[in-house]
Amino acid sequence: MTLTRRKFIQIGGAAAGGAALASGLTTRWWGLDADRVEDPATDGDRVVASYCELCFWGCGVRAHVKDGRVTKVVGNPDHPLSRGMLCPRGAGATGLLYDPDRLRRPLVRTQKRGEDVFEEVSWDAALNRVGEGLLEVKRRHGPEAVALFTHGSGGTWFKHFMKAWGSPNVGAPSYAQCRGPREAGYLLTFGTPLGSPEPIDLANARVITLIGSHLGENMHNTQVQDLAEAVGRGAELVVVDPRFSVAASKARYWLPIKPGTDIALLLAWMNVMLAENAYDAEYLAKHAVGLEELRAHVADKTPEWAYPITGLRPELIRDSARLIASARPASLVHPGRHTTWYGDDTQRARAMAILSALLGSWGRRGGYVSHAKLSLPPYPVTAEPPHGGKGAADRPKKGGFPVATEVIASGLCDASVSGQALYDLKAWLIYGCNLMQALPDRRQTVKALEGLDLVVSIDVLPAEICGWSDVVLPEATYLERDDDIAAPAYKRPFLAVRQEVVPPLHDSKPGWWIAKELAGRVGLAEHFPWKDAREYVDARLRAGGHDVARARETGVVLGREVATCEEEGLAVEVPHESGKIQLRSEELAKLGFDPLPQYYPHEEPPPGQFRLLMGRAPTHTFGRTVNNRLLAEPYPENEVWVNADVARALPGFAQPLEDGERVFLVNQDGARSGPVRAKVTQRIRGDCVYLVHGWGQTAKRLGYAYGRGASDSALVTRYAVDPIMGGTGMSVNFVRLERAERSA
Amino acid sequence: MRKRYAMAVDTARCVGCNACVIACKTENALPSGGFRGWIAEETHGAFPGLSMEIRSERCNQCSRPSCVSACPTGASHVADGGVVAVTRSKCTGCKACVASCPYGARYVHPEGFVDKCTFCLHRVREGNLPACVETCPTRALTFGDLADPASRVAELTRSRRVKVLQPGSGNEPNVFFLT
Repeated sequence: MTLTRRKFIQIGGAAAGGAALASGLTTRWWGLDADRVEDPATDGDRVVASYCELCFWGCGVRAHVKDGRVTKVVGNPDHPLSRGMLCPRGAGATGLLYDPDRLRRPLVRTQKRGEDVFEEVSWDAALNRVGEGLLEVKRRHGPEAVALFTHGSGGTWFKHFMKAWGSPNVGAPSYAQCRGPREAGYLLTFGTPLGSPEPIDLANARVITLIGSHLGENMHNTQVQDLAEAVGRGAELVVVDPRFSVAASKARYWLPIKPGTDIALLLAWMNVMLAENAYDAEYLAKHAVGLEELRAHVADKTPEWAYPITGLRPELIRDSARLIASARPASLVHPGRHTTWYGDDTQRARAMAILSALLGSWGRRGGYVSHAKLSLPPYPVTAEPPHGGKGAADRPKKGGFPVATEVIASGLCDASVSGQALYDLKAWLIYGCNLMQALPDRRQTVKALEGLDLVVSIDVLPAEICGWSDVVLPEATYLERDDDIAAPAYKRPFLAVRQEVVPPLHDSKPGWWIAKELAGRVGLAEHFPWKDAREYVDARLRAGGHDVARARETGVVLGREVATCEEEGLAVEVPHESGKIQLRSEELAKLGFDPLPQYYPHEEPPPGQFRLLMGRAPTHTFGRTVNNRLLAEPYPENEVWVNADVARALPGFAQPLEDGERVFLVNQDGARSGPVRAKVTQRIRGDCVYLVHGWGQTAKRLGYAYGRGASDSALVTRYAVDPIMGGTGMSVNFVRLERAERSA
Repeated sequence: MRKRYAMAVDTARCVGCNACVIACKTENALPSGGFRGWIAEETHGAFPGLSMEIRSERCNQCSRPSCVSACPTGASHVADGGVVAVTRSKCTGCKACVASCPYGARYVHPEGFVDKCTFCLHRVREGNLPACVETCPTRALTFGDLADPASRVAELTRSRRVKVLQPGSGNEPNVFFLT
């Protein structure tokens, strides 16, 4: 038969039924209703390419619009990071766009800060208020007294505003509260931080080692794709995690390590590799310095030494070390991302970097590779930004954190309490980050907020931090706005455009418009000479010699794949100024820090208490998605993971804690969480409990998320500061469990 | 040759991220609380000797579908390629099919009819993949025609260790889990 299936179906039910019966089927209704399968008709009459902002990975999307409504958002096959596939958050973008709790109009505070009482005002009134407030701070304290906290691609407009305004105090919690220690550790060892997306070749790795990273639950789309690809090709996983993570369930070796002892394990692994000559001696001779010092340093750090520290049997340490070494150089020790755990995190990252060097995986296929960027000139702005102002106020008065390469957001918070830093900060602009959960110790954040002259939030949803602001400016979601071009370094260099899919709902405005309008009110209009973001983006694309029309149609400009590693013809390059991998760090020695990573014991939870660990769920991006009703369906709230054996006899519990029961968590300082469901499971050690971050929201206007689950942030009243780069290690809090009254 | 649509779910690749679940919800405009797909996690053993299987699940599009036999109105039927479907206009929402399904694959739509996975037949007919397959970041889901020995799904079910859920149900499911 030459008819296509579609035409065949169109012939009609009777013919189809006849054919089916003729094929010998006995089901009564075979084929008769073949074309009665409903078409949900969600294909758009328009499809617009853009890039996602449900997290910060920036995957390419194609948004379907039907009758003016976005029906679905799917992966853009042309985009190198999504390759046509989206994670649940990206696919759930309409849950954000149509969130009934979105900020609708500009708000001005009418009661005390933090009481979350506002009146709606016009954009003109709100922006005038912000402009006047900023100018007043500038008049009294200078432009540097204004800080910007920012996260996300829309932040570029406000960073540009700060440059024009003349303040260096622009910080993102994604550094000192997240990936900062890793950046410092790799910078010290190889001479460069890693950035995002990390230049790692997961897909070609034959062994992948995860140190506390729970990739797969931590849903960085491209990395999860590559991880699955590697697993599909037979790669083995070694997973070090106190929790039996999803990745651990796929691992050849799961090392259920005692929290806080990773450095001891890493040193023991090095001991095994050096003792057994399993490292890449030729590579190290060519590319590294400090091997003999390292050898001496780890000579006594045997698996037997590490056993009582880590709780990991010596043979498990040895066997896993051998497996890791067997695949070198295609043996990838994943650098992790959220790495602010215990305050010695830069040293742990150093140990991971050194291990990678022993494996010869820097510059090699299946290891750390080289990425490239496409040419993208800036928009030509003739106005000169102010020169010669003060340095950032993010360090304590006496100095510190010498290896930090980005502004320390928690330091900006500290500088907002009078007398803490070289000068005081007096005003905060907050773009798209809920500082109440992003920064450690909420009490300090509140203290800083209470003393400020001006607090302004720009957000899509009424996040907790909005309740502490004087003015709240409602931003349009990423589907309703244009933004700057995404131009990350990648193995296939590319540019991606963000463009308005549907006009902004309510009275929300795109970030570029807000920043430009604000600039106009404080005499900085000449720094924003573009008509709108579209014109700005088109000008940059044209200046780079890129095809604007094609970029807008396909969402991307693709470069050629570049050589990324030695196997592809690119010589191993160590960007450190010495040209050599620093197994021993002279720089750290000069600064008075350990030149080789040392294991120091951390305080342990007292009896009856548990170390609080936190992580991610694939359906959520911190607290930013917890109010998204679509994403809430498969993951309605977080749970506290409690070891099942421990749950049988918890202190203060007359009966065993049952799975699904609600408990309160109370930390060492008396901070309490809301009632949260217990996940009683074998999948976690007995000395710690685990929460997915972002829940337990206290913002009442988050109609879905308010009060659901428990906030790990509220329990982080204590943190350990990394003296090398200022990271705030947050896994140093201990909680006990209290049974919640059964709700009626 | 009559098509026999089937799916292979690679449990080694699946991380249970729920992308399939969300993509299904938006593609098929499902109501709040209604799911045509879901994630199952099955853990065995005791700390630290644990194993876990993660499965992206949906209707098994059985070759001997008990739901179709149970349906008193003829709404539940076998459509193109062996896909089990529900004709909304014929469905009274009596839930006989829900009770007879060994996989819990059906739910009652707020508009009164029973709803379930169709393997996105509306997309498949246009030459596209089901929405869950298209979005899956781990490429754990493979859809195709099992009657075509050259298809990827046929190849996978031949070359890999395969199981079906509740093999004793007698329903002859067409979703295969690669373990």
